[in-house]
Amino acid sequence: MATIRELRDRIRSVNSTKKITKAQELIATSRITKAQGRVAAAAPYAEEIQRVLERLASASSLDHPMLREREGGKRAAVLVVTSDRGMAGGYNHNVLKKAAELEKLLAESGYEVVRYVTGKKGVDYYKFRAEDVAGAWTGFSQDPDWAATHNVRRHLIDGFTASSEGEAAWREGLNLSEGQDIQGFDQVHVVYTEFISMLTQNPVVHQLLPVEPVIEDEIFEKGEDLLSSSGDVEPDYEFEPDADTLLEALLPQYVSRRLFSIFLEAAAAESASRRNAMKSATDNASELVKDLSRVANQARQAQITQEITEIVGGAGALADSGESD
Amino acid sequence: MAEITVELVSVERMLWAGQASIVTAQTTEGEIGVLPDHEPLLGQLVENGVVTIQPIDGEKLIAGVSGGFLSVSKEKVTILADFAVWANEVDTASAEADLNSDDELAKARAEAGLRAVRRSSEGL
Repeated sequence: MATIRELRDRIRSVNSTKKITKAQELIATSRITKAQGRVAAAAPYAEEIQRVLERLASASSLDHPMLREREGGKRAAVLVVTSDRGMAGGYNHNVLKKAAELEKLLAESGYEVVRYVTGKKGVDYYKFRAEDVAGAWTGFSQDPDWAATHNVRRHLIDGFTASSEGEAAWREGLNLSEGQDIQGFDQVHVVYTEFISMLTQNPVVHQLLPVEPVIEDEIFEKGEDLLSSSGDVEPDYEFEPDADTLLEALLPQYVSRRLFSIFLEAAAAESASRRNAMKSATDNASELVKDLSRVANQARQAQITQEITEIVGGAGALADSGESD
Repeated sequence: MAEITVELVSVERMLWAGQASIVTAQTTEGEIGVLPDHEPLLGQLVENGVVTIQPIDGEKLIAGVSGGFLSVSKEKVTILADFAVWANEVDTASAEADLNSDDELAKARAEAGLRAVRRSSEGL
């Protein structure tokens, strides 16, 4: 059995670890609130651009490369969104596993996968395994802002616009040096973590480009309503410039914002995941301290008992020898 | 006086929302003023253009806007922007320095800001 001194040392070390994990937990908790606030602050723009696009969609021909699946596409870009720091439980692992699945799927359907990574953890993961990464960006996993994510967003859109036959412009973060040919791609997928609740975060794959249209079934109300129009019909929109040109300008903007909101959501998920991991680490530390204290107390009592036994035994022996004198 | 609800929204947050009597913006087709009861309209704004809002109470607001869209509907006027800055918040000296920077983002911001400053000094 371990001595009391060893046990006390361990208790002390577990306690100091617990302090760290507890602090991390508190920080992560406040960061979730912040991240959610950021998501909420970005909502007005998201709603408005959605509304604008819907209006445009009904007025334009909807014939835009970003809305069409490309025939005979050869290259697919995969953006893996990971965190800059660890201590977030399975957060990064889950995303990377999902990314590997997606890459396998794309390779099976004949696509050449071009990998992009954000977040230091993902970069290190691929570097350690000596796997190719076409571009990497770090430093904004916890608080992504519009300017910091500029290069990622622009490059993915440029690359798609250029297609696998064309070339995209060089940007900071790409692994090729300036002046080399940067081949584009025909699809863009993003693997990130969805924030479902404080306790649940799911790794998901989202196809960013081409935009997958959401087809909603229109409900036609039969009967009188068809004839007597409801009276509250939205008037026709005036477009400046014309609808098709406008769509051309708006779609990249829409996709860019979509990608930005993915970063925002991933940031919230990262903090939530870290909070959970740190909470269970703190709980485990408390449990461990409890167990160790129990063993330490037992050892202490055993020591006392032994001392008493020794004293009593010693006194008895003295008394015995006294009598015999 | 008639009024319209105006929202100036950037990607990251809502910059301004309130009641105004007139909004002007520069679309790719030319400068446009929007008064209450304007017909519905969608427009693309020029790169780094200027948007002015005359609130019903208070001073006229002038902003430099980059990558923007203007949407006028029956209920409200919304200006969507990548980035927007108020004329009175622009640091002219540093903006002028940014104008020659290599960073295209900083350059665009500086340009938008300076245009807004120029407009507000013209007093239009």
